[in-house]
Amino acid sequence: MFFQQLANGLAIGSIYSLAAVGYSMVYGVLGLINFANNAFMIGGAYLLILFFVWKGLPLWITVILAAVLCGVGAMIMEGVSLRYIRNIGSSDISALICTVGYSTVIINLEILIFGSQTNPVPSLFHFDMITIGNVMLDPMQLIILGMAVIMMIILSYITYRTKTGVAMRAISQNTQAAYLMGIKVNNIINLTFFIGTVCTAVAGIMIGTYYGAVDTGMAFSIGIKTFAAAVLGGIGSLPGAMVGGIVVGIIETFIVSYVSAGYRDAIAFIILIVVLVVRPSGLFGKKPIMKV
Amino acid sequence: MFKKFISFWAANEKIITLIAFAIALVYPLIFSGRYYIDLAIMCLVYSLLSLSLNFITGYCGIVVLGQAGFYGIGAYTSAILLTRFGWSFVVTALVAVAVSFLFGLIIGLPTLRVSGKYLSIVTLGFGEIMRIIELNAIGLTGGPFGIKNIPHPDIFGIVLKTPVSKYYLILALLAISIIAVENLTNSRAGNAWFAIKGDEIAAQSIGINTHKYKLMAFAISAALAGLAGAFFASYVNYIDSTSFTFETSILILSMTIMGGLGSIPGSILGSIFYTVLPEVLRFVAEYRQIVYGGTIILAIMFKPDGILGGFNLRQIRLFENLERQKAARGEEA
Repeated sequence: MFFQQLANGLAIGSIYSLAAVGYSMVYGVLGLINFANNAFMIGGAYLLILFFVWKGLPLWITVILAAVLCGVGAMIMEGVSLRYIRNIGSSDISALICTVGYSTVIINLEILIFGSQTNPVPSLFHFDMITIGNVMLDPMQLIILGMAVIMMIILSYITYRTKTGVAMRAISQNTQAAYLMGIKVNNIINLTFFIGTVCTAVAGIMIGTYYGAVDTGMAFSIGIKTFAAAVLGGIGSLPGAMVGGIVVGIIETFIVSYVSAGYRDAIAFIILIVVLVVRPSGLFGKKPIMKV
Repeated sequence: MFKKFISFWAANEKIITLIAFAIALVYPLIFSGRYYIDLAIMCLVYSLLSLSLNFITGYCGIVVLGQAGFYGIGAYTSAILLTRFGWSFVVTALVAVAVSFLFGLIIGLPTLRVSGKYLSIVTLGFGEIMRIIELNAIGLTGGPFGIKNIPHPDIFGIVLKTPVSKYYLILALLAISIIAVENLTNSRAGNAWFAIKGDEIAAQSIGINTHKYKLMAFAISAALAGLAGAFFASYVNYIDSTSFTFETSILILSMTIMGGLGSIPGSILGSIFYTVLPEVLRFVAEYRQIVYGGTIILAIMFKPDGILGGFNLRQIRLFENLERQKAARGEEA
């Protein structure tokens, strides 16, 4: 039972990690909570239905197409609106309201095209269950876990080993200084939105296949948990988002099986609040330096 | 053009406020249809909520993402007392305000030490926890079935059954709240909040107990939201947790931002904008929500600080008086 729940928790947690990365990367460069992230997340699942089920494209093309389309959507959002608001020197909170507006538009576009009912998502792979000891493993979970790990490795490589990644980290430390060093700040921010949203969209595809269904209500119910995961790990920190996602996923599955299904999200948030009060920057976040 | 209008407003603030209040008073006589009255009541409820959020966000600089939590506490407290114990609305509304105030204190005491955006996230978590409790504590809140048959509000034995009488009730509640907020922000505490918003560390250095004042603002803001909740419960006669979600919190925040942080008329204008817009957009039928979202994006891009953001009427008035005096002195010399 314990190891079974651990396996389930790991699988769902790895999805949360990927979506949390979307929040975390944007927060890292702009200090902005991007509420449109949820809309892009289920957008990935909806595009899977569009391309894979309706149009009959091969799976790998579908996944790439869905992820890239969501990423481009986020780039448009940043390039058209958020950059404009940033340039006229307005507060972060206006940008936040702007992302809420985008979230409304995207979610209602999805409802317009796919209907407000719950859309079934076909299972992408058919394998028998694997039994190790008395733990039943669904190969689906292993594929999700594997894909999440691969995405994380690529992402870590981009952030820590490439010039673009250095530029991203420079911007998140000090935008002005990064600008003076000749970094094209706007382009890098745009690219960060793209990369973060690609991860989120892949997470959305996985959520769709994991639950076998997608509806717009999931944008909120799952989105808010991935946000909690990003904060728990330390928002703006990449390893933090990964660990935070796994922790939230495992806590959730254990609470459902040992305590109560109704209160599972409440307990996740109570842990979040306690962590924030005790250690405001999250588990992995750097403590901000107070300057006068 | 807009600047001129603002300076005219600043010069004649009292008269314009009175005219606005007079319009609000005669509104039900002109638009007597049920639809228009209900729309106006929702505008006023959201104005009260927006005012409550403006109090903490506009005057103290703390962005609260869980205001619907306090709104829900007020609504459920009043509804439970009305349906189970049959208390009078005046009493239950007061208890609802007190309970929301207490919750504000309890939540604020440990969490207000957390700074900036993390505090916003804490309030988001609080709002979600409240919603989940409302949904799951079936014995107390009816869970997913909500609380039905909440009696109409009554003031000292007079039951307010008609929508028009409820309209005047919420108008009175809003007016009282606005006067209270106005007086609070013009007091010594108001100066402290203003200082905290400007720079918290600087405020500390001149001897302001920032934690105390932030806690005070947080609890008062919660109490105002609780008042709105208590009215809402009696107005719709039925509540469930879907009225007090994160979306509601974001809607209230959007209204406050759209109106302009720190501006009371702004809060009301923002609430009217967000309440009336979906109704105006009925003609686009199924594209309504998309156009609605698009309008929000364009509006916030066009005026990122909100309609009345960055305008302090009192400050403008003082400044213009000064200019006028300068000009007068110039003539003498």
